Amino acid sequence: MRLSRGVPERSDRPVPDPVPDRPGAGRPEPRAPWAPPPGVTAPASPEQEAAAEPDLGLSPDSATATGRSLVPLATSTESREELDLEPPDAELRRSDVDAWGRSERARALARSLYDPLYRYWFRAEWEGLENIPTDGGALLVSNHAGAIPSDAPVIMHGIEVELQRAVYGLAENLFRALPVIGTLWSRAGGVPAHPDNAYRLLHDERRLVLLFPEGAKGTGKHYRDRYQLRRFGRGGFVEIAMRAGVPIVPIAVVGAEESMPIVFKSKRLAKLFGIPYFPVTANTLLFGPAGLVTYLPAKFKLRVLPPVHLDAEPDQERYSRSRVMEESEKIRDQIQVALYDMLRARRSVWFG
Amino acid sequence: MRVLVTGLGTFWGSRLAQQLEQRDDVEIVVGLDTTEPRLPLERTEFVKADSSYSILARIVRATEVDTVLHTHLLVDSTQASGRALHEINVIGTMNLLAAAGTAGSTVRKVVVKSSALVYGANFQDPCVFSEDMDRTRAARTPVERSLLESARFFRDFAQDNPHITVTKLRFSNVLGDDIDTVFSRALHMPVIPEVLGFDPRLQFTHEDDVTGALLYATTHDVPGIYNVAGDGQIPWSEVCAVVGKRRIPLPPLLTNWAVEPLRIARVLDLPPEMLALLRYGRVVDNHRFKRAGYRYRYSTIGTVDAFARGMRLERSVGDSHPSYRYERDVESFFRHSPAVIHEP
Repeated sequence: MRLSRGVPERSDRPVPDPVPDRPGAGRPEPRAPWAPPPGVTAPASPEQEAAAEPDLGLSPDSATATGRSLVPLATSTESREELDLEPPDAELRRSDVDAWGRSERARALARSLYDPLYRYWFRAEWEGLENIPTDGGALLVSNHAGAIPSDAPVIMHGIEVELQRAVYGLAENLFRALPVIGTLWSRAGGVPAHPDNAYRLLHDERRLVLLFPEGAKGTGKHYRDRYQLRRFGRGGFVEIAMRAGVPIVPIAVVGAEESMPIVFKSKRLAKLFGIPYFPVTANTLLFGPAGLVTYLPAKFKLRVLPPVHLDAEPDQERYSRSRVMEESEKIRDQIQVALYDMLRARRSVWFG
Repeated sequence: MRVLVTGLGTFWGSRLAQQLEQRDDVEIVVGLDTTEPRLPLERTEFVKADSSYSILARIVRATEVDTVLHTHLLVDSTQASGRALHEINVIGTMNLLAAAGTAGSTVRKVVVKSSALVYGANFQDPCVFSEDMDRTRAARTPVERSLLESARFFRDFAQDNPHITVTKLRFSNVLGDDIDTVFSRALHMPVIPEVLGFDPRLQFTHEDDVTGALLYATTHDVPGIYNVAGDGQIPWSEVCAVVGKRRIPLPPLLTNWAVEPLRIARVLDLPPEMLALLRYGRVVDNHRFKRAGYRYRYSTIGTVDAFARGMRLERSVGDSHPSYRYERDVESFFRHSPAVIHEP
């Protein structure tokens, strides 16, 4: 039965590369599943030109630079032990909204809208992308900054475009309570940060999961505290990775702090609105209300550190607290050291 | 097997009794309810009881039943007041378990039809609930509170009576041609309500899987708590697309007040737990019951498809179900009169 609203059937199956039906578009050769990282973002590769077209990912051939289907669905059930009990995926979902509320079409649209910002505004530059596993689950852990954090979309977008692997971003549950925003956030790959969600994504579905252990303490810090890592929670992320039996991949991000710096914080207003912090950012001082959605064009540099393989038996009831805290502290140190190293090399906030 | 079914007047109870009657290993079926059965039954003995089952201990003693099927937990709060919910779900369960657990009781198995409502629906929820997870926020609606309270009785009962197999099935939202639920009523509206800006993931169980699962638990030994829900999940917008109707948004703020005029005008009663579902949805993990050996007949999408087909048929031919009325004298004539010849 066809849906009345024209939802394409199984648009998320990995399709064989389609023949370019617009000869003028100059579709590039699809990138290999794993291509060595383009150490710097080479300006205007053919892929970028394709992305710069006003193609919003709505036309059926929008599988250009950003619109490739990223979720290999076949893997989602294979890791379950009772594979024979699992009906074929086509019987379980008809639209492309998956079990987490993520929609590959919405994600492709978000990518095509975000791509210019990623390439020409933040000019994101990666190093060490080869440290991200090309298959299997891994927990990506990064420092967090900016009053309305700009690092999460940059990391998710970057990995999805460069590595063709879907990234699920764990974030504050509160998002889900907001109408419209919560739905869009969820369709674009946001998942409520619940330990069980993380476990299922990492262990059962073998996905890449992005998590910011600092949480709101990282985004809500004053500009003068920039690049000073806050406490890494209670080390819950280490426990999740141990339980799921996946490596932790630390990522150090430089640039997010300057894209929306907090110059003043009002405790009273935060209390009044019942939010973790009420920031006055340099952006709002410069641009007025438009500053809520306008980032400063800080140069983004991201360094992926070697994966940390935790030597622990998966699926345990509980893990030694001292062991967990020790690993958590080690990873925090690694990111902090990498940040200082990158800042030493940085000549300009805006040009890197 | 000598079976006692509570809630014979409900869809679940009547359907289940019909299926039990057809089995040769079921010697007797005794049905209990405040209202009369809705479907014609061959050999089930119907006993009219008050809602809190105070006569249950006598029935158990007199009939020596070995299996109790407790289908009479109300989950649709539009059908009863908070007080009635408490009487039926809490006091009824208490009396039932007291009768089943008395010294010398012949009961060896208790199967309960509960609901995934016990998990609630809240923005802090995990994306998938498994059986050993707790809800993230305290229950506030009477139906959820009464279900949780009855759950405590079952836990204690299972602990105190290790010789009795206690199976509890938590069904997610049920859809089907014959059953009347809050969801089926909402989907029968000319336009379907949604909460503005929310498109929750939901799960549905087909009515055949409801009776199938209860029957499976009755005929197999599967102690413990099990979620029952069709495989997969479906966004509410897609459910509306499948039944081919437009959606009308409810305001995301003060939603409970906004639906009050609909309730007063008797257009549609959307209880708070339904509104929470339309906001945050709920998905449960159904693998444990599959591992216990049950095979679902419908997935979530299959359930919605089947429901939409039923709706289209109804649009053409109207409500095609033959109506049945229970007549005590007629029923007792067929069961007990020496004039009626019973097939061996």
